[in-house]
Amino acid sequence: MTTLLQTSNLERLFGAVTAASNINVRIDAGEVLGVIGSNGAGKTTFVNMVTGYLKPTSGQILYRGRDITGKPTRDITRLGICRSFQIPQLFLELSALDNMLIALTIAKQKKPVFLRPAITSSIKRAAMDHLARFRIDGYADQEVATLPQGVRKLIDIAMATVADPDLLFLDEPTSGVSADEKMHFMEVLINALKATKTAVLFIEHDMEIVETFSPRVIAFYEGKILADGPTKEVLENAKVREFVIGSEFHRKSDIGEASSSEKGEE
Amino acid sequence: MTRSLDRTEISLMAGLPVLIALGFVLPEWIVNYIQVSLGTGLVALGVMIQMRAGLVSFGQGLYFCIGGYAAGLAGKFAGISDIFLLLALGIVASVAVSFVLGFLLRRYREIFYAMLSLAVSMILFGLLSSIEELGSTDGFNLPAATYFGWAPQDETAKYALYIATCIPTILCAFLLNRYLRSPTGFIGEAIRENELRVEYLGTSAHRAVHIKYVLAATVSGIGGVLWALALGHVDPEMTNWTTSGQFVFIAILSGTGNIVAPLFGTFILEIVRVYAVEVSPNTWQMILGIVMLLTIIFLPKGLWSLIRKSTTVNTQRQKTSEVRPGGE
Repeated sequence: MTTLLQTSNLERLFGAVTAASNINVRIDAGEVLGVIGSNGAGKTTFVNMVTGYLKPTSGQILYRGRDITGKPTRDITRLGICRSFQIPQLFLELSALDNMLIALTIAKQKKPVFLRPAITSSIKRAAMDHLARFRIDGYADQEVATLPQGVRKLIDIAMATVADPDLLFLDEPTSGVSADEKMHFMEVLINALKATKTAVLFIEHDMEIVETFSPRVIAFYEGKILADGPTKEVLENAKVREFVIGSEFHRKSDIGEASSSEKGEE
Repeated sequence: MTRSLDRTEISLMAGLPVLIALGFVLPEWIVNYIQVSLGTGLVALGVMIQMRAGLVSFGQGLYFCIGGYAAGLAGKFAGISDIFLLLALGIVASVAVSFVLGFLLRRYREIFYAMLSLAVSMILFGLLSSIEELGSTDGFNLPAATYFGWAPQDETAKYALYIATCIPTILCAFLLNRYLRSPTGFIGEAIRENELRVEYLGTSAHRAVHIKYVLAATVSGIGGVLWALALGHVDPEMTNWTTSGQFVFIAILSGTGNIVAPLFGTFILEIVRVYAVEVSPNTWQMILGIVMLLTIIFLPKGLWSLIRKSTTVNTQRQKTSEVRPGGE
């Protein structure tokens, strides 16, 4: 397996507050990776630093062996690292199709083009295909502001994947999706992404989803990495159980419930 | 370039001979108004393409004035009267100034963009008003336009200038329509809605705004040259905030739906003003204000929505009926 991303001693301070420190993460090509941690643990700060939205106070980010620390977001996107947002960042007054069209147009335009029309039948088809991949093509002509949160989340993710990134960060993809739809939502999502060779890192609070979809997990706590390894080991780690998951999570019984509820849906 | 002309582009090409023909048919006073409003219409176009990205320039008069003064100064001090050369000078001056100022303005949005563009235009107003060699607030006159050495007289000169105003205006509208449909122009819609996402999609919102700003300045400069030649006179009033406000007024009145809307809007405003002054010479501004108020209340997307309304409603209805089965 080739290493896609490697961060070493990444640190970010906000004044006297340490949002992240000593973050060492390695992500391999094509892997699926879950990130857990309570609010304020530094998960989103980590994603913001790697995607160039926040400059790390110190430390280094290597992408395919190249130093990308402190590069602007747009350059990092062009290199193949994309992200979706906890709160969908969309063009609210435009239709779902237009949102995709803009995403595709920007992805295809490397240098400014002035006289060629942006919207052609082929790009329209590509946009519809992308929506279909996430099973939201039925909403194509509706204004995004009127769509339910789950659909907006998928549009947000669909927009992040138009350029076929090598590495995709999903910031709480299931937040705002109702509890009984979460599993199905993630299935649609992971299946759509499996068709490509994209490495996926997703931030998630629901341990069932983490167990079901990611073989590896990183646990964040107070800006540091508490544990990093195979999901089973991390979720059984005493510190993780104490600081991240909390004592109310009874692993065995939850698995039983999860599988029975899945069966119930089918 | 010739591929996939849209309806606006075809109408523009068909409209050009019609527009020129009108110059020979209509009464002279209307033709004068058309000619003047083509010049100012180009500036309104500049305001309109910025509005597409959610940016309101309250100082577009700056480039209107720069274009006019570039032509005026070349005429006054270098004796240049060739219209093509004057247009080129107007373009060069507008592009040069807007390229430099663009680095500053592209960092601001909303009210800050509006106020900053206003501030820069008022600096030029202050400067020009205090230079006595350039006639201070009175301005100065321009020589009559010549065309590659051909210097027509009287009636012929009038028609020649009218035609020479129509062609660049339509050409600008045509190219700007292309621009708005192109990827670079399309990004403007995205910037208006969500700049963070634009950056995360892999392009610079600042650069797109900068490009837009320079393009808007260029057409405004061209408008300034044509307007100055039509009137044979320039003065600092061109960059005063009341002039700039008028361009914003026009863009709101006509709407941002289509590239030809501001051109029509300018003409309508001119005519409304003529009659407003005739009806009530002392309170004509009040009539303009009422027109503006009614437009905003009843046609928030401008006069153009009157033309668009019937067609979009039909297509929308078709689209929803097509989509429903897939969506449910």
